[in-house]
Amino acid sequence: MAILINENTRIIVQGFTGRIGTFHAQEMIEYGSKVVGGVTPGKGGQTHLGLPVFNTVREAVEQVGAEASIVFVPSAFAADSIMEAAEAGIKYCVSITDGIPTQDMMTVKSFLRRFPKEQRMMLTGPNCSGTISPERAMLGIMPGHIYKRGNVGIVGRSGTLGYEAADQMRRLGIGISTSVGIGGDPIIGSSHRDVLEKLEQDPETKVALMIGEIGGPQEVEAGIFAKENMSKPLVAYIAGLTAPAGRRMGHAGAIISSAGESAAEKVERLKELNVTICPTPSLMGQTVASVLAKL
Amino acid sequence: MDIHEYQAKEILAEYGIKIAEGGLAYTVEEAVQRSREIDGNVWVIKAQIHSGARGKAGGIKVCRTNDEVEAAAEALLGRKLVTHQTGPAGKLCTRLYIEVGTDIARELYLSFMIDRSHERVIMVGSAQGGMEIESLAATNPKAIVKIHIEPAVGLQDFQARTMAFALGLGEDLLNHAVKTIKGCYRALRDLDANILEINPLVVTKTNELIALDAKMSFDENALFRRHRIAELRDTTQIDSREVAAAEVGLSYVGLNGDIGCMINGAGLAMATMDMIKLAGGEPANFLDVGGGASAERTEKAFRLVLADAGVKAMLVNIFAGINRCDWIAEGVVQAVKNIDMKVPLVVRLSGTNVEEGRKIIADSGLPIITAETLAEAAEKVVRARNEMVAKQG
Repeated sequence: MAILINENTRIIVQGFTGRIGTFHAQEMIEYGSKVVGGVTPGKGGQTHLGLPVFNTVREAVEQVGAEASIVFVPSAFAADSIMEAAEAGIKYCVSITDGIPTQDMMTVKSFLRRFPKEQRMMLTGPNCSGTISPERAMLGIMPGHIYKRGNVGIVGRSGTLGYEAADQMRRLGIGISTSVGIGGDPIIGSSHRDVLEKLEQDPETKVALMIGEIGGPQEVEAGIFAKENMSKPLVAYIAGLTAPAGRRMGHAGAIISSAGESAAEKVERLKELNVTICPTPSLMGQTVASVLAKL
Repeated sequence: MDIHEYQAKEILAEYGIKIAEGGLAYTVEEAVQRSREIDGNVWVIKAQIHSGARGKAGGIKVCRTNDEVEAAAEALLGRKLVTHQTGPAGKLCTRLYIEVGTDIARELYLSFMIDRSHERVIMVGSAQGGMEIESLAATNPKAIVKIHIEPAVGLQDFQARTMAFALGLGEDLLNHAVKTIKGCYRALRDLDANILEINPLVVTKTNELIALDAKMSFDENALFRRHRIAELRDTTQIDSREVAAAEVGLSYVGLNGDIGCMINGAGLAMATMDMIKLAGGEPANFLDVGGGASAERTEKAFRLVLADAGVKAMLVNIFAGINRCDWIAEGVVQAVKNIDMKVPLVVRLSGTNVEEGRKIIADSGLPIITAETLAEAAEKVVRARNEMVAKQG
């Protein structure tokens, strides 16, 4: 099963012929993802990496049956590309691009809400490392070899911290059903909660791990969702215990701007919601292992 | 990106918001000159620093004579002001804003910001202005009115009127209040601001509505299309290490500890800093070297971390995804050779090509301490730091 993508998902790359798009398209193909083409406006009709290039996302949907897309388009134009994918009928889109203006994302989210829920494209990112269903498909930029297939679902804001978690788990022999990077920006396509909802429905996933950080309300919202709606145990780690208030820590969204957004406050709230907390980032794997052992 | 009060007021004036007459001064002479130019018998000398709560820190002085203006300007220019928002280091005051005194009848609060959870702009107002909105929210949340604005259609007149009435602005001031509120929203949207706050917005004794203070903060990611805003950046208000980092495209935040850090990825960086703290140390900085960390970039990052004279030990923690550990290792070895490093270095590599990377470090013959796991890396760097401090006496 897995969520969002599997070995049959037909993928296109937006920003296909650029240096970054080309590199990661090759990596995804090598991993086994079913990449069926790409979009670069003005280069339609050409062939790149042995695959067709289209001018528009709609052409890719109509001609090669594209279902999922990954966006590598530069930040000034990325919001436009995401909206084009949504309009063309793409079901799932990952935006790797970082540095998209917040108000552009506000426009994107408003645009997505125009669609009835069942027809609405799911978006993860921007500013994320993508999604991987190990040994089936990768729609992202992660080092695929550190992910072992298994029954733990991961959702996290950070790329490299997600790699750290996957690596700790692999060393303990624990595998992953799907790992989803939701990105570090203030306004993102899908929240922790949105991904947990999918993981709850996935028969392959037995335990969910949420990797959060300072800033914003979404970790606590996810905790409330888990308490009210999830049958599967939720494990969480919140990064940024040492972060000073009001300072942006790399991710545009990682800023403590109001009460309840610090790592310590989030940890307290999550504990109250019966979420199992990883006491340190080096114990993410072991904490998940102990929860799995109790099932 | 933050800007000064006077810069925010210039912008607001262009959007139809009334401000008191004022002028900028970089020197004491200019300050006196401005007060002569501005008609009135009371002037307010305001230190321009990127912080609120300036009044309590002595950054705002009311003057009635030219001599008082001169004395106030002398006291403020070149001084570091410490507020609860600046941290103990304070912020240097290099500019003054001289404004005519305003006879205040009522102080109100008005702000606009991006509400992350609703993914919309939120307008916040209160008839009780002048105090910090956080304290008001804690003591009297009912006095705060919040209105969300649908991005596709923008702020509607009825919403602006609702806010105006909530602020107690009826009848004679209604039209001007609506114009002020809509002007603020347009400024926020047109210029990619994240925050626009007027506190206080005042009703004067002559029944005018004036923005007596103004704060604007802008989306760094949108500065590529807001050239005029980008030029308002005042580097005297930013940690010099952060300015140097931005010039080489690195994300750096100076902290108060003594363990220098170089890490890839913001989340892993925060987690590593947490581990250092749990191991009994204090990080000197947050530094994300990002994805494509070339040898040159690695060396620049090393120089940046070690430019902080307080650093007693350094930790490199890289989880290579797009990167490769062997490239990072070469960069580390080159940096250590080129920089005369006087503090111990702990390196932890993981991910793509980790074996090759570790071999390069081992074969270099340099006194680099290596670690396999995150916990081990944090413990080793704290131990190295403690030994360094003991050695230095």
